[in-house]
Amino acid sequence: MPIITYREALNAALREELQRDDRVFLMGEEVAVYQGAYKVSKGLLQEFGEMRVVDTPITELGFAGVGVGAAMVGLRPIIEFMSWNFALLALDQVVNAAAKMLYMSGGQFNIPIVFRGPNGAALQLSAQHSQAWESWLSHIPGLKVVAPATPYDAKGLLKSAIRDDNPVIVLEGEMLYNTKGEVPEEEYVVPIGKAELKREGDHCSIIAYGKMTVVAMQVADQLAKEDIRCDVVDLRTIRPMDVAAIHESVRKTNRAVVLEEGWEMCGVGAQVVDFIQRDCFDDLDAPVIRVHQEDVPMPYAKNLEKLAKPDAAKAIAAVKKVMYLEG
Amino acid sequence: MAKKKTTTSDDSALHRDLLRSMLLQRRFEERTAEAYALGKIGGFCHLYIGQEASGTGTISVLRDDDYVVTTYRDHGQAIARGMTPREIMAELFGRSDGCAGGKGGSMHLFSRDRNFLGGHGIVGGHIPLATGVGFAIKYRGGDQVCVCFMGEAAVNNGAFHEALNMAALWKLPVIYVIENNRYGMGTAMERASAINNIYERGAAYDMARGSVDGQDVMAVRAAVGEAVDRARAESIPTLLEIRTYRFMGHSMSDAVSGTYRTKQELDEYLKRDPISLLRAEMEENGEITEDEVAALDEELKAIVEDAWQFADASPEPPPEALYEHVLVDTTSDDLGAEAVR
Repeated sequence: MPIITYREALNAALREELQRDDRVFLMGEEVAVYQGAYKVSKGLLQEFGEMRVVDTPITELGFAGVGVGAAMVGLRPIIEFMSWNFALLALDQVVNAAAKMLYMSGGQFNIPIVFRGPNGAALQLSAQHSQAWESWLSHIPGLKVVAPATPYDAKGLLKSAIRDDNPVIVLEGEMLYNTKGEVPEEEYVVPIGKAELKREGDHCSIIAYGKMTVVAMQVADQLAKEDIRCDVVDLRTIRPMDVAAIHESVRKTNRAVVLEEGWEMCGVGAQVVDFIQRDCFDDLDAPVIRVHQEDVPMPYAKNLEKLAKPDAAKAIAAVKKVMYLEG
Repeated sequence: MAKKKTTTSDDSALHRDLLRSMLLQRRFEERTAEAYALGKIGGFCHLYIGQEASGTGTISVLRDDDYVVTTYRDHGQAIARGMTPREIMAELFGRSDGCAGGKGGSMHLFSRDRNFLGGHGIVGGHIPLATGVGFAIKYRGGDQVCVCFMGEAAVNNGAFHEALNMAALWKLPVIYVIENNRYGMGTAMERASAINNIYERGAAYDMARGSVDGQDVMAVRAAVGEAVDRARAESIPTLLEIRTYRFMGHSMSDAVSGTYRTKQELDEYLKRDPISLLRAEMEENGEITEDEVAALDEELKAIVEDAWQFADASPEPPPEALYEHVLVDTTSDDLGAEAVR
């Protein structure tokens, strides 16, 4: 099976879906002539032309709304945000327009749209460029939210998102774009709403998504050397969440650690913990622990940034704590 | 103003249609206010009374396959676009026979059949949607147009700027209609906008622009007609300021006058009621008699009464409707070959 990068996988998904359905178009800042700020749309302008790969002015609110309007009358827009940090300016269109149109029109207007772009912190980009927005986006009924961790899932989930008749948020990882993995040449999609048990172990469940799934795998590898065996549940989709997969794992291990890039307060991890306590209360041998960004804006200084971010060391400590091994 | 025109039978028929639509809107909204007072309608409710010529004249020049996007002050335009008083009143009553099954209410009237794309509640937030509809028209190579209504206060909002810039940059067939009723809620235009000729905002985008007397339905028709022709033939957007006035408060909780505008000012504008103006012109031209107007009025009142009775008898949405229409469970694959071209 070919090994390609996460970036190439997203590019392949875009190309295949643009080929498949001429109602699909890609719109955003620098997606066409510049070939994408992160080169995710490389070559697409040349192949599909400027009506289908559309550079916009710097106007997140505006072009997000253009996408919703186009979707109302039958097109299938893919709206790229250069960063989800910039997308805050567009949230009115995502939340008030895309997510609610079907409901407030009594089922008359569904919005088949994808909003995608990098989410979460990269390296030393400081406070305004290093944020993880999934808890905000996942809060909203009427949206689906996916956060692929691997090239395989990036391609398969983006293809599913484009074909979905609802608004789908695709949270990519800036630090994942260069990661590599096996991606088959033949056509496939990854269903929205299905978690994947990426690694099996009976001591503790590590539940993660997006970039933190990569961290979770490192943690599981590391702990295996100490004979601590972890399940790694990659949620892949945050909304709708695969609660059954979480329950199945926790019922087996009786312990859980939840990883996320976002802040603690009202985070996705808090929701995961709630799903666990509701139905697995009697299965738990220890309180569930969450690993997340420290409760501060992201600092620029390298040492402080490292302290602020959730990482493998913090996750390992959390697993050991729920296993009552240290501290 | 008082231009004497020769009236053809075509004009006469058109005048009758316009009078009928505007009077229906007026009678509908008078009963809306009554139903609101009785508690049959809840939430926010914004009346169009006084502004009927704006939406009626504008929509009268559109084709059925054109699109309309509008604000929360949408009852009159929905009627002008051919949505039925029954489906609208039932929506206002929050009943299952409403155009959105009672899910949207006064501010969110939608009709897929009439290409009426809502009914949007965030000031300015809907303007980019219209730009997107224009983009879709151009994308498909069609000759439709999209009309986007907004209040004059929306032009101070970033969404307005972003949406108009892209429409001009990409040459999209959208007519942005500013219904300047002089007040954004209680804030006079002069207290919110740095320029008073609102249509001049279009200069920033090198966009075709102009203003028109919004109480004269035929003048509105002519101005919008030009913009529509331009959009259809050349795919060029227009910013048109329709100068009008609302005779009621901003919403049902707002006094008609006394806080931010004087009774004297209101009385001056009431002299230019768009319905009275058209009616007077028609009577002067011998196109309609007083008796015919009275008969028309009775007919329209009966239609509105029927809408009220229909809405009142319509069942509340069933509890299972709560979770319907949050998401659809289809994908592009479900539409088969038609979808995948």
